[in-house]
Parts: sequence; structure tokens; C-alpha cells
Amino acid sequence: MSAKTLYDKLWESHLVRTDEDGTALIYIDRHLVHEVTSPQAFEGLRLAGRKPWRTNANLATPDHNVPTTERSGGVSTIADPVSRLQVETLDQNCRDFAITEFEMLDPRQGIVHVIGPEQGATLPGMTVVCGDSHTSTHGAMGALAFGIGTSEVEHVLATQCLIQKKSKSMQVRVDGQVAPGVTAKDIVLAIIAKIGTAGGTGYAIEFAGDAIEALSIEGRLTLCNMAIEAGARAGFVAVDQKTIDYVKGRPYAPKGEDWNKAVAYWQTLHTDPGAEFDNVVTLDGAAIKPQVTWGTSPEMVVGVDQAVPDPAAETDKVKADGMRRALEYMGLEAGTPIRDITVDKVFIGSCTNSRIEDLRSAAEVAKGQQVASNIKLALIVAGSGLVKAQAEKEGLDRIFVEAGFEWREPGCSMCLAMNADRLEPGERCASTSNRNFEGRQGQGGRTHLVSPAMAAAAAIHGHFVEI
Amino acid sequence: MEKFETFTGTVCPLDRSNVDTDAIIPKQFLKSIKRSGFGPNLFDEWRYLDHGEPGMDNSKRPLNPDFVLNDPRYQGAQVLLARENFGCGSSREHAPWALDDYGFRVVIAPSYADIFFNNCFKNGILPVVLDEKIVDELFAQATREQALSLTVDLQQQQLVVGDAEPIPFEVDPFRKHCLLNGLDDIGLTLQHVDLIKAYEARRADEAPWLFS
Repeated sequence: MSAKTLYDKLWESHLVRTDEDGTALIYIDRHLVHEVTSPQAFEGLRLAGRKPWRTNANLATPDHNVPTTERSGGVSTIADPVSRLQVETLDQNCRDFAITEFEMLDPRQGIVHVIGPEQGATLPGMTVVCGDSHTSTHGAMGALAFGIGTSEVEHVLATQCLIQKKSKSMQVRVDGQVAPGVTAKDIVLAIIAKIGTAGGTGYAIEFAGDAIEALSIEGRLTLCNMAIEAGARAGFVAVDQKTIDYVKGRPYAPKGEDWNKAVAYWQTLHTDPGAEFDNVVTLDGAAIKPQVTWGTSPEMVVGVDQAVPDPAAETDKVKADGMRRALEYMGLEAGTPIRDITVDKVFIGSCTNSRIEDLRSAAEVAKGQQVASNIKLALIVAGSGLVKAQAEKEGLDRIFVEAGFEWREPGCSMCLAMNADRLEPGERCASTSNRNFEGRQGQGGRTHLVSPAMAAAAAIHGHFVEI
Repeated sequence: MEKFETFTGTVCPLDRSNVDTDAIIPKQFLKSIKRSGFGPNLFDEWRYLDHGEPGMDNSKRPLNPDFVLNDPRYQGAQVLLARENFGCGSSREHAPWALDDYGFRVVIAPSYADIFFNNCFKNGILPVVLDEKIVDELFAQATREQALSLTVDLQQQQLVVGDAEPIPFEVDPFRKHCLLNGLDDIGLTLQHVDLIKAYEARRADEAPWLFS
């Protein structure tokens, strides 16, 4: 038997059929559903008189539109009528089609990519899809997980399958260990800086190497979350003992005899020695500095000890034009040290960085400090009700509130500003989210992507600092 | 889905790389629970000078005269010419819905983000991949005083500009077949119900926890 990559194993174990040209029908084990990309899919089912193929493969929660301020009055009190309709529509669709949903006031509600692993609903060896590009997150569990469009959401609901072609395989290896203070967020931004936002297009990326093995599962979730920002629909990490320990005892995890059988299977979910990738990229972990993006694409990123780059030094004309446009949008001058960039708002949250370890790392920086006077708003938005409860149990909420941060209810919040949390034109934000696109956090808003510790430090100092 | 037939249309050149789906259709318009009506908000933040929200009368909003979609030469354009990594970012299918609703039937670019590329085919839009040099040449032609008109022939897999040598392009045979015949993926997959059930039975035996 020839040596296989983890991707080969995940792919082959889900093949229902393959055409001669390689077009395949693959089986989907877990389908996560949220309110923004599902209404038209449910409508499609209704129009065609179809029912979900296997209701218990689906798990739904509202996250993009929910308010993060006081909301105990329930969905009917969401101020924005369009947002309210979308959340109500999800609730209604899940009731109509008997799909499990953690509704807005359920303590388990949260960002779909936080609650999947948290509940054990995302397991090693699964195929996991969701109408959301950051579904790559779940690859951290040793799963094949990727984002899909709404037509595919409907397709999965109706057939439990997707029509796909196998991607090429890429291994991104981060050798050695990173310095203290360098997080999974910094590692993935450094990877994107190296391969570019389209570097992973057409590939499924396996992250490997000492620095990746050393990451906690939560760190790996951050890492895989941003595979899509490198262009790869799917990013994953091999299963190891940490993965198994993380899953054990979670509500949806296998129990009893199934558990032993599952563990035996999960232990095969790694790339065999000698297996070949279509492309291999290596980074030196020790060389990675805390990262700060300066532009309007995640690849526009440098170490915090560096300066905003100069488009005049870029030889590729299309790239140089893009850099100039980005600097103009961001209101930055080439050559400005990153440390000298002051921010107006700070956002700690999103499917990238809203898990308990992220909050702990931000709290460590904030403890006993005060948010700087130039900061108009510093938001902490836990990824789920359970993360929020855990943080409160540990007293992290008090650390944040005493330092001048706002402690909010779970949701996607200012990562994409579909609810009321957003930047005003020209405002600059240190954000732990995943996209610094023009207007992403509010029209005219300027986003700098950073780790939770860096975001907290920017809140305390009012500008970026070396941490 | 409607069948994709050969047509001749105007080319609108959007000279930016890494155009993301947030730019194609900003988040505030994603709150709709419908598939249609996104066209007036295509590229909203670049296209209008004010801030757009759902429910506004778009015909009364101030247009950005510098944005290519507002250039009189490109009114009624059906082909969007773009740069590398077009459609990156969010998986929102609202992006191809907005392009389609506006009237675009073809996008031409050197490369696309995977999810967007896939979403196009599901909505009858043909994303054509061409070599960067050819894209450069098309940009040169499309930005002249007289807009560029181009014929898209999916059957023959070629683009034709006037009397010039046709420009061939590659397309996945399965996707080509679906576009040309206007086929619905779900209907195709449901022809394989027996295979799906057989897979489930086999898998439930190997990995029962996946079905509990």
C-alpha cells in the first residue's frame, strides 16, 4: 500500500462515487448552519418539496447578526428589523425541518466555528462544511473542513453529499519553536506573508512541524481558521494525543465502546512517512515575530518591529498599485514604524481568536492596567456562551471591565460588522479577526489584524508595542 | 438554471487584484433572505459616494463617477474583466447573485478564489481563466475610447474579438456540461441515492459514532 497524506485518507474515506474525469461525490458528516447563508437554501428545499437527508448531521446557531449588547429580551428585541428577520428565519427553518439549533438565548450559542469543536460536534476524520469560508477552522481537529456557498448548503441538506474535485496537496511546515509571546495568529500571518493570499488556491494545506505540534488545539483552530486567507479552502493538522484529549467527554463525542473504536481510527489520521505533497513550504519558527497587518489584505503584514513598506520598492506594477491603494485607504505613510501607529478601537473576538486561551492571553496583558485615553472602544466578545461562562468563572471579565474594556455577549460582532458593532469611517482598529479588507469592519474602517495579546497591548498603550 | 448560450457583450474592466466578496457585495446586504435583487448594490462601496443600506432607493444615490461600472462606455456590460485572485474572502453566494442580477454572465481573470469560482457555476456564471498576458492585452483593448465587445462561445471554449484569432480557454467538462444544459446539481446527485445509502451503511459499520 502506498504512503498516503492525511488529505488522501480524509478524501478517500468519504468517496461515494468518482467519475472518470475525477469529479467526485463526497459524503458530508457534519453540516453547520448559521442565519446568513442558509435562508435561500431552506427556501430551495421547500420549493422542490425536499427534506433534509439526515437531520442529525446538522447543527445550527445564529452568530453573524446577533447583538452583543444586553439581549435577554430575545430575538424579538433585536433592534435592526432585517437582522431580526434573518435570525427568526433560522429559528423557523430549524423548527420546520427538525434541525438542532442553539438559539440566541441558549447558553451554548456562539460562533459556529467555536461551538463545533467545543461541543465535540466536529470530530477527527469527519468532513465538515458550513456556508462560511472560515469552516477551515475545524481542520484543527484532523477533519476535512471547508466553506461552501448557499447552493451547496442546499445540496448538503438535500443529499448529505457534495460534488467536488480533489484539491492539490500542500504541506506548510513550521520548523523549530516560536519565541514566547508569538502565537498561532502570528504563525499563520507569517505563513500568509510568505505564500500570499492566493498561495494556497487550489490546495488543501496540512500544517506540520515542531511549532505546529507544540500548539494547543485552540492555537491550531486559530491557525486552520486562516487557511482560507492563504487561499486554501481547507487546512488541517494531524491528530495527536492533544486532539484526542481535547475531544474526550464533550457532549457530542463518542462514548463507551464507540470511544475506543474512534480513538483507534483517529490515531491513523496523519500523513504516512514517505507520502508526497504537490508542494511543500517551510518556515523557521524562531524567525517569526508578533505580526501586524498594515494594508487591506492579510498578506500585507510585517513584524511589529518593522515599518510600513514602501510601494516604490515593489517591482511588480499591479502589486505596487495595490500597495498604494491600501496605504491611501489605511491613511498610512510608507516608512512609518508599526509601533507609531495609534488605534481608535480594539476588538478581541471572532472565530479566529475568541476561545478561552485567547481571552486568558489578553487578560494577562490587561491585568491591573487601564485602556489608553485615545481608545474610544475596546470590545471583548467571547466566542460562545460557554467560553463566556468559563472566563467569568476565572474572573477574566472583571480584569477586562476594571481595565476599561466592554464585556459582551457572544457572536461574530465587529469581525464583519453585520450587527451594531462596527467602525466609523476613518477609525483604526487593532482586531483579532481574520480580514482587513476595505470596509470589512464598517465602511471606511481601517483594520490591523493582530493576536489577542497584541490587541490588548494596543488597547493599554493606545498604539502597537513590542510584546 | 438557464442554459448558457453563446452571446456577444461589452467588457467592463475592473483593474484591481484581490477583489474580495465583501467588496462585491457589502455585508449589510447579506441580511436579505432572498436570492434576487442584489444587482443595484454590486460593488456598493466603490460605486456610490454615500453609504448604502438595504431598502434605499438606489436610483437617487450619488454615483462615484470614477468607478468603472458608472462609465457610460460600460453600461449594459455582460463580461467583467478582472485581475488575480478575484472573489477572495467570504463564501457568500450573494457575490455571484449580485453579479448575475446586475447582468454579468462571464468573468475573465488570471485566477479566482476557489469558493467564489465554484459558486459562479452554480449560478450560471462562467468564470474564465486566462493567462495574465492575455488579460493584460484585454485590459488594453477594454480601456480604449470604444468599449470592447467580445463573443463568449462555451461550446467551442473560446472568446472571439472581431476578426482576431479566437482566444481558447479551459473549462472543467462536468461544469461545462451543467452550464450548457442548465442542470441542477441536486437532481444529478439524487440519481445516486442507492450509492449514498450504500456508503452510509458501510460507514455506519466502520464508524458508528458518526451517525449517532
